[in-house]
Amino acid sequence: MTDHHSDIDSVSGKSTTGHEWDGIKELNTPLPRWWVICFYLTIVWSIGYWVVYPAWPLVSSNTTGMFGYSSRADVAVELANLEKIRGDKMTALGAASLADIEKDPALLALARAKGKTVFGDNCAPCHGSGAAGAKGYPNLNDDDWLWGGTLDQIMQTIQFGARSGHAKTHEGQMLAFGKDGVLKGDEIVTVANYVRSLSGLSTRQGFDKAKGEKIFAENCVACHGDGGKGNQEMGAPNLTDKIWLYGSDEASLIETISQGRAGVMPAWEGRLDPATIKAMAVYVHSLGGGK
Amino acid sequence: MNKTVNPNELKPVDDNGPLYAARKKVYPQSVSGTFRRIKWGLMAICLGVYYFLPFVRWNRGLGAPSQAVLIDLPNSRFYFFFIELWPQEVYYFTGLLIVAAVALFLMNSVGGRIWCGYLCPQTVWTDLFYAVERLIEGDRRERMKKDKSSDPLKLERISEIVLKHSIWLMIAWWTGGAWVLYFNDAPTLVKELVTFQGPMIAYIWIGILTATTYILAGYMREQVCTYMCPWPRIQAALTDEWALNVTYRYDRGEKRTSVKKAAELRALGEQVGDCVDCYQCVAVCPTGIDIRNGPQMECIQCGLCIDACDNVMAKIGRPKRLIGYDNDINIHRRQEGKAPIYRIVRARTIVYSAIIAAIGGFMVYTLATRSLLDVNVLHDRNPVAVKLSDGSIRNAYTVRLLNKSGYDRAIAIDVEGPVNPTMHVVGVDSVTPDRPIIVIPRDSTSELRLLVTAPAENNPEKSIPVRFHVMDIGLGVAASATDNFVAP
Ligand code: SF4
Ligand code: SF4
Repeated sequence: MTDHHSDIDSVSGKSTTGHEWDGIKELNTPLPRWWVICFYLTIVWSIGYWVVYPAWPLVSSNTTGMFGYSSRADVAVELANLEKIRGDKMTALGAASLADIEKDPALLALARAKGKTVFGDNCAPCHGSGAAGAKGYPNLNDDDWLWGGTLDQIMQTIQFGARSGHAKTHEGQMLAFGKDGVLKGDEIVTVANYVRSLSGLSTRQGFDKAKGEKIFAENCVACHGDGGKGNQEMGAPNLTDKIWLYGSDEASLIETISQGRAGVMPAWEGRLDPATIKAMAVYVHSLGGGK
Repeated sequence: MNKTVNPNELKPVDDNGPLYAARKKVYPQSVSGTFRRIKWGLMAICLGVYYFLPFVRWNRGLGAPSQAVLIDLPNSRFYFFFIELWPQEVYYFTGLLIVAAVALFLMNSVGGRIWCGYLCPQTVWTDLFYAVERLIEGDRRERMKKDKSSDPLKLERISEIVLKHSIWLMIAWWTGGAWVLYFNDAPTLVKELVTFQGPMIAYIWIGILTATTYILAGYMREQVCTYMCPWPRIQAALTDEWALNVTYRYDRGEKRTSVKKAAELRALGEQVGDCVDCYQCVAVCPTGIDIRNGPQMECIQCGLCIDACDNVMAKIGRPKRLIGYDNDINIHRRQEGKAPIYRIVRARTIVYSAIIAAIGGFMVYTLATRSLLDVNVLHDRNPVAVKLSDGSIRNAYTVRLLNKSGYDRAIAIDVEGPVNPTMHVVGVDSVTPDRPIIVIPRDSTSELRLLVTAPAENNPEKSIPVRFHVMDIGLGVAASATDNFVAP
């Protein structure tokens, strides 16, 4: 470091700042006045900024600034605006019929988007986030429907639920043939094997098909229908297809027949607004299994 | 450098130098000559293109914008004559920026800061504003006198000042006006703007650009180049010893003497320089420097000092180009009695040109061959596969079809991969079984939910590659995308 007052550059005759890097010295060239003024103005501006806007963290809070500005309030306003914008679209959704919604690409896209988020919030705990279901909770992507897979039927199930206690809910349950003493242990095993045979699954050696058919006709046909094709009025599943809600292995079937089944789907009417329920019906229908 | 000072004679110029300095106003004198003509020409081209391009029409058919160059922000489209770019094609802009940057490097390695001197908007508009100023207030001497005058408030002077600023503001306003026309149909917007029906944002942008043009070209001028622009500082790292910069050829100019003295000394057979110390080169310089002090950061390489000195040389009967595009290597070569050499083709320029050619060529190639029909496929992740009641497997896909052409297209979708597949598009009743046909409106995208079902027994593999073919059934234009068909 050289004293900048005495160090003079021999080429230009100007004094230097005294800074030197690799033998290169910096000339002491003053900045233009406007440039320096701008620099000071930015400092003043930043101080104003500190005062006007919420800025400084305090021990347990922060400075709140002036004029009531807060980004949280801004977000609240934005959200309210968003609701307003969506309001129109949701009204359109509420007004259109289910079939029309599926035919209109814009409404379909809206219903699917809305349905997807609502599904995630309300239905995913039972049916899974992708609606793939689990044991006892139907897979909504497939084409097997307990209460029917048309748009209207799906909507009805969502609205009123199954065994939900709602006045219009779907009713009907699988009786506990073993617990209630209607069927004996060996009869249950026989009918379980008979039911497996309905959908082409293997049966136990020495299983008496005729006996199974007889037990089935006396006890099960009332709900599951002739040949076990099911009955959507009562939510009785089709026993001849490849989809099993509570499992198709012999042990699961024996458990179902002896203990009965009565899964509950809550009614969403009153908890969700009609347009939202509609959107969800369309969403579930569009998952691919809808009739 | 030839100019050295005896350190013992030096006194500090600004011993207690101030932290800031008042601006030294520059009064560049008008000049005529080769480089001035080039500058006028380039100015006319640049400003002509900028101001009038939005009014050029281009027929793209019904319902499509008919403006040749249009940045359609609401619809995320960019139109450039026959090219129409979509947001997913921003890489073309990236490519353009790379080409532009390398072109700047190339210019630099060939001719120094010719961008600054001839093409930079700051230079072009400042030059235009100077022209207006000269026209109204007169040339250098007159303006200096008027600025110094102790009685500045004569009516004549005031009207001059008012006139100058009005014209400046009009130019600035038109500059802002032309800017917004690139973002909207120009004739319509002009009509809206003059009837005060235009969108607020247009007025705001016009206001911003009017202000910046007026301030930057009217007041800041060379200070933008010297203090605000980073380029002068960066370009020092990009230039090299072969680059041709505006150079005072001191090998020929020194010793400077007056015209008369030079003639006397020459008559005596003495060696004298060609520079007659007339300060013409300084007077015309828009950044107010003396190029005879060697290369300086402030110099924007505009070449006006070359024109000024050429005129002087012509008058005193000496060869032109005492100042010219040259470099130190040649000055030294001439001092050593060797012939100067000019090397435009060097490793550096070859590499830059190659990069420009490669990227430019690639862009042109992809633009020429790009498809106006495109398809993207996304497999459902949850659930990946669904077993149906008859035991068959179904996979769901989100398919996005892009129709970049200017007309509606009927698209047929085919799937290839699983054995005996059936296909269904949610919300679409297919007329032809298993071959959904969908109409995609012109210049838009459609997102579809596509279900592919195949019997499990024919497709025992856990995962089968699938290929979706989409085809314009009218024109046969096709595109395809691949994914997988998965068993549960
Ligand atoms: S020195 Fe010459 S080339 Fe450089 S800015 Fe001044 S007039 Fe232009
Ligand atoms: S214009 Fe030419 S002759 Fe005149 S001072 Fe400049 S370099 Fe010397």
